Amino acid sequence: MSSDAISARGDLRLTRITKSYGDFKAVDDLTLTIPKGSFFALLGPSGCGKTTTLRMVAGLEEPTVGSIHLGDTDITTTRPYQRPINTVFQNYALFPHLTIFENIAFGLRRRGIKDIKEQVDKVLNLVELPHLAERKPTQLSGGQQQRIALARAIVNRPALLLLDEPLGALDLKLRRQMQIELKWIQREVGLTFVHVTHDQEEAMTMADTIAVMNEGKIEQMGSPADLYDNPETAFVANFLGQSNLIKGKIDGNDGDNLVVDLFGQRISMPKKRSHAVDNSLYAGIRPEKFRISRLGTPVKGNTLTGGHIEDVSYIGVSTQYVVAMPWGQEVMVFEQNDDGVAPFDKGDEVNISWEPTFTFGLRGDEDIDAGTEVNPEELEEQ
Amino acid sequence: MSFPKARVPYLLLFPGFAFLFTFFILPIINLAQTSTQTPVKGGDTGQYEQTLAFSNYIQAFVDNKEQFARSFIYATLATVFALAIAYPLAYAIAFKSGKFKNILLVLVVAPFFTSFLLRTIAWKQILGEEGFVVPGLRNLHIIGQQTTLTSTSVAVVAGMTYNFLPFMTLPLYASLERIDPRTIEAAGDLYANGITAFRRVTVPLSLPGVVAGTLLTFIPAAGDYVNAAILGSPNTKMIGNVIESRYFKIVDYPTAAALSFTLMAAILILVTLYIRKAGTEELV
Repeated sequence: MSSDAISARGDLRLTRITKSYGDFKAVDDLTLTIPKGSFFALLGPSGCGKTTTLRMVAGLEEPTVGSIHLGDTDITTTRPYQRPINTVFQNYALFPHLTIFENIAFGLRRRGIKDIKEQVDKVLNLVELPHLAERKPTQLSGGQQQRIALARAIVNRPALLLLDEPLGALDLKLRRQMQIELKWIQREVGLTFVHVTHDQEEAMTMADTIAVMNEGKIEQMGSPADLYDNPETAFVANFLGQSNLIKGKIDGNDGDNLVVDLFGQRISMPKKRSHAVDNSLYAGIRPEKFRISRLGTPVKGNTLTGGHIEDVSYIGVSTQYVVAMPWGQEVMVFEQNDDGVAPFDKGDEVNISWEPTFTFGLRGDEDIDAGTEVNPEELEEQ
Repeated sequence: MSFPKARVPYLLLFPGFAFLFTFFILPIINLAQTSTQTPVKGGDTGQYEQTLAFSNYIQAFVDNKEQFARSFIYATLATVFALAIAYPLAYAIAFKSGKFKNILLVLVVAPFFTSFLLRTIAWKQILGEEGFVVPGLRNLHIIGQQTTLTSTSVAVVAGMTYNFLPFMTLPLYASLERIDPRTIEAAGDLYANGITAFRRVTVPLSLPGVVAGTLLTFIPAAGDYVNAAILGSPNTKMIGNVIESRYFKIVDYPTAAALSFTLMAAILILVTLYIRKAGTEELV
């Protein structure tokens, strides 16, 4: 089994994977298929099980229960060095005693590949660092080390490339640049990339498909746009961007729409965007979908009245308003600064309105703070 | 009080320098002077005069070739055995000991709580007829019924290996412990099995510890005389024993000094060659 695992190709399938440490389940009955050739992101806060999942795929941990297949080959218990899978490690784990050339050649040499020089040169050109071949890793900047770690993995043309928080150690500007480059390289080499991150922006920029993980389970899986526009749980709604979640009650039907009562004010939303299981629901609206208008100005779509501006933050491209609603909730509104000035001041009486189709509905028994807590460990990482 | 900041380093260096000057540089100069002296004609035992007799060196070396050779052979053997024992030990402490790490490290240095001399004398007991080692080996027919271990080169090398083991273990541990375990995982990820990962990543990354440990063992072992004096016989005399007896028994200061300098020079040359080799060696 293990001898032909090295040449296995195809979709990666995790079937009912559980990984327990004592009583703690790091990964809990996880089933997942990652299609060949895709850029797939596992997104979640630290401790959600994403890194454990990645390590099981790499072979560095063995699942307590469940199986891992690559194409038709079962690789659940295959040793890491017998899997056609390479990893870009967090903090890179380059070999400090070897030159950049030998770092990249390491995997090729172990497999007895012939044209090592040619292949290493090619991949060094791909990451645009051919002049660093004879340096040692410590002589490189963080961004350069990151690219070498990537080069060292993709030179082997693995069936699967795993990236464990690959950009976590870089500063913001470099991170943005590397996000675009990684995406470009993935298209260029056509390998399957599985990317683990707690940075939602990173996942959304690069991945075709994102699986949001929380407490060892997948909360929701889909394209970045799907997850952002139509989150199914409060955790996803809050973890990807910001959401305003307003408690309401389903009051009836209107064709393909639901009529929802939000603290006495009626709005409508598409039926198919509601994930409620009974009459109670949370209506979710992203802050940038709201429009603010002065009392008495006619507006289209759903409208909630009786708010007043609590706080104004001008941040250049947009202005962020905190609007206090009559039932005591504060909602976030992002307005584009099309005309360059913030037209509303603190204390102004306003209506907020939005297109009904932008509304998403969550179950009424959700914890609306799920996914909003900032983990102190993650702050330290950044 | 104020003085230029640039002088601070010199100020910090001063106590160490003063100490070394008084207790190392001056005696060395004195020793150098002694090494070319000859006995005063008609003088008492121990009376010498400076005659710049560099022939002392040749005479001293020719007379003690055998002890010189033995010193370096014993020291090399002790270093090799200590490395063979210390590497797995340090590896286990660094990577496999979990919460017992600190206890094990204390145990490594625990022998230092007892005097070096006392421990070496204890080895005489261990390897003696009344110990359990000799009867045990005889029962297992590993050694003959008449064979003894005390007063043999085996005992001397064993004693040296034992006495210098902590000096080998600690630097090895320090360099192994510094290795990022992810680099070893990365080797596995890049198609290296356990043995290859050890050979290609762990060993090269621990080389600074190997170099430090072997030097800390080899240098004092080459000049050692306690082990040979207590555990050996006249047939296992090392150069340290010769120097000791020249100084304190025969009162032949010039020869003792010349031997000391020759030993120092020999160690210096060997160590320089070794460091050169270890430093430039292609590690891949």
